[in-house]
Amino acid sequence: MADQTNTTPYAAHTGTNASRVAGVLALGLIVVLVALPAFASRSLIQDMFFILTMLVLAQFWNLLAGYGGLVSIGQQAFVGIGAYAMFGVVILAGLDPIPAILLGGVIAVLLAIPTAFFAFRLQGAYFAIGTWVIAEVVRLVVSQWQAVGGGTGTSLPRSATRELWFADAIENLFGVRSAAARDILSYWLAVILAVATIGGIYWLLRTRRGLALAAVRDNIEAAKSVGVDATRMKWIVFLVAAFGTGLTGALIYLQKARISPDAAFSVQDWTAYVIFIVVIGGIGTIEGPIIGVLVFFILQSLLADYGTWYLMLLGVIGIIIMLFAPRGLWGLISDRTGVELFPVRRRLTGGRLGQQKSPNNKTE
Amino acid sequence: MIWVDTILQGILLGGLYALFAAGLSLVFGIMRLVNLAHGDLIVLGAYLILLLVTMTGLSPFLAAAIAIPLMFMLGYGLQKFMLNRVLGDDILPPLLVTFGLSVVLQNALLEGFSADSQRLPAGTLSTASVEVAGINLGVLPLLTFASAVLVIVGLNQLFYRTSLGRAFRATSDDATTASLMGIKPASIFAKATSIAMIIVTIAALYLGMRSNFDPNIGPARLIYAFEAVIIGGLGSLWGTLAGGIIIGVAQTVGAAINPEWQILAGHVAFLIVLLIRPRGLFPRAVD
Repeated sequence: MADQTNTTPYAAHTGTNASRVAGVLALGLIVVLVALPAFASRSLIQDMFFILTMLVLAQFWNLLAGYGGLVSIGQQAFVGIGAYAMFGVVILAGLDPIPAILLGGVIAVLLAIPTAFFAFRLQGAYFAIGTWVIAEVVRLVVSQWQAVGGGTGTSLPRSATRELWFADAIENLFGVRSAAARDILSYWLAVILAVATIGGIYWLLRTRRGLALAAVRDNIEAAKSVGVDATRMKWIVFLVAAFGTGLTGALIYLQKARISPDAAFSVQDWTAYVIFIVVIGGIGTIEGPIIGVLVFFILQSLLADYGTWYLMLLGVIGIIIMLFAPRGLWGLISDRTGVELFPVRRRLTGGRLGQQKSPNNKTE
Repeated sequence: MIWVDTILQGILLGGLYALFAAGLSLVFGIMRLVNLAHGDLIVLGAYLILLLVTMTGLSPFLAAAIAIPLMFMLGYGLQKFMLNRVLGDDILPPLLVTFGLSVVLQNALLEGFSADSQRLPAGTLSTASVEVAGINLGVLPLLTFASAVLVIVGLNQLFYRTSLGRAFRATSDDATTASLMGIKPASIFAKATSIAMIIVTIAALYLGMRSNFDPNIGPARLIYAFEAVIIGGLGSLWGTLAGGIIIGVAQTVGAAINPEWQILAGHVAFLIVLLIRPRGLFPRAVD
């Protein structure tokens, strides 16, 4: 027993050297992202806005499918309803678009409650198509809403986009016109949203709920047997994802300033692309969607002119990844190097473990 | 009288939806695989028939008879080389692979045939009708419905009267135990998908003769098929026909009230059934 008195107490850690380096680099990256409008062109800001919003959508889809085991093909319902809620209150109630974005998220959650009520009655793959049906229902109903343009859609009123909160300050700060100021403002909001999303999901996964979520994903029966309320976890994940997706939808359409049901509820733009981003990058990891969105953006920049060929290539890449590397690009990298930038696995250290000569434990 | 007519049209339309759904139901019943490319495979079948008709000048029925073995082989290859590799406890890989396939098929068809809508030339059949008790019924819708009934009778015979059907049922119940009895699940799955592709081709024939089609309509056909399967209850082929009829009647009645409500009415009927009978009207399978 004598040797035990010299050892450190047992403790569970999730951090690694790589994660601490990644944390410092992430802080640096955030500073660069925030300062970007000072020296970047307007088209670069628009590209970055696209990348960041797709990243947020991908993170929430990954939370649903990769962690919650809920493969939804109906997330466009929340993008669309968030965007339409924002347009609705701006046009009908004259609210400023910035607070209206928050309302978009809230309305998306309100839609998610009945959606979950129906869709949770369907298992597995049928859940996937069930969410798609509900998204179609929402699209068809919104197409009947004449106050926001019905089936043809509408634009944000000129007065609302001109007098956007903070827009004047941005115009003066950078000496740009109002449309460019709206781009910069949307971009900053996208940076905030992306950082909050990644930080929030990382935080959630490291809490007890995150552990419960991983347990439900890996083996639902075993998780239930140790007291995890699986249904409750599914509800939490579904509602959180709906809120984030709704916010993102409202933000995307603030920047676009023009909406139509077919675009806002597009299964291709808001769900198919997002699924490819997550699958290519690596499902079930936070790093995966980040890599996936970069690959997606590069492919799109190179091949967008080829239209159908580009989409075919995306589909083929998705199939090949699923067949031969189901954990995506990040899975390949992580398996070879053992690097985890956002580790959520708990590792036991201290006690007698500390005396073992394992290179992994030295650093603790 | 107009309502009787509307409902009859809806019932006949339900036959088409049951044809869409039967293949999906068969594949799901045997291997628990939901093929998200099912609708796109139907559209692919329609283009294949169209291609044969334009190349050879045959009638669509004969062209479909040539297309059936081609689609049969496509189904076999698809299952053997792609889908069998992703089947397992995890539902994610098969979903994502068939989703990728759906996107590839849609865009390949767009590239090959453009976005213009097409139609299979049905000749006089497209306008022919018979009068029953004062109501005119189209011959083509009647043929579609009869084909749906025949397909379902045929599938039931296959399932309960043949050794292949016994192997299907055994694999569906417990693939591991079935393989102990000398059944190769991978080969059974490939046969099931091939048979599903025969039904897909029949569905494609009627889809193409009855309405215009273009490369983008696949996902909507998948949704109708899925709704019919869920309304009927998993594992029941006659239930699937009933489900198709409910969707069809809801759509024609909805369209009669307001043309914009046609599709919406079908979806709403599905949600109502899901609300009151979550396991469908005639459930057989436990899952």
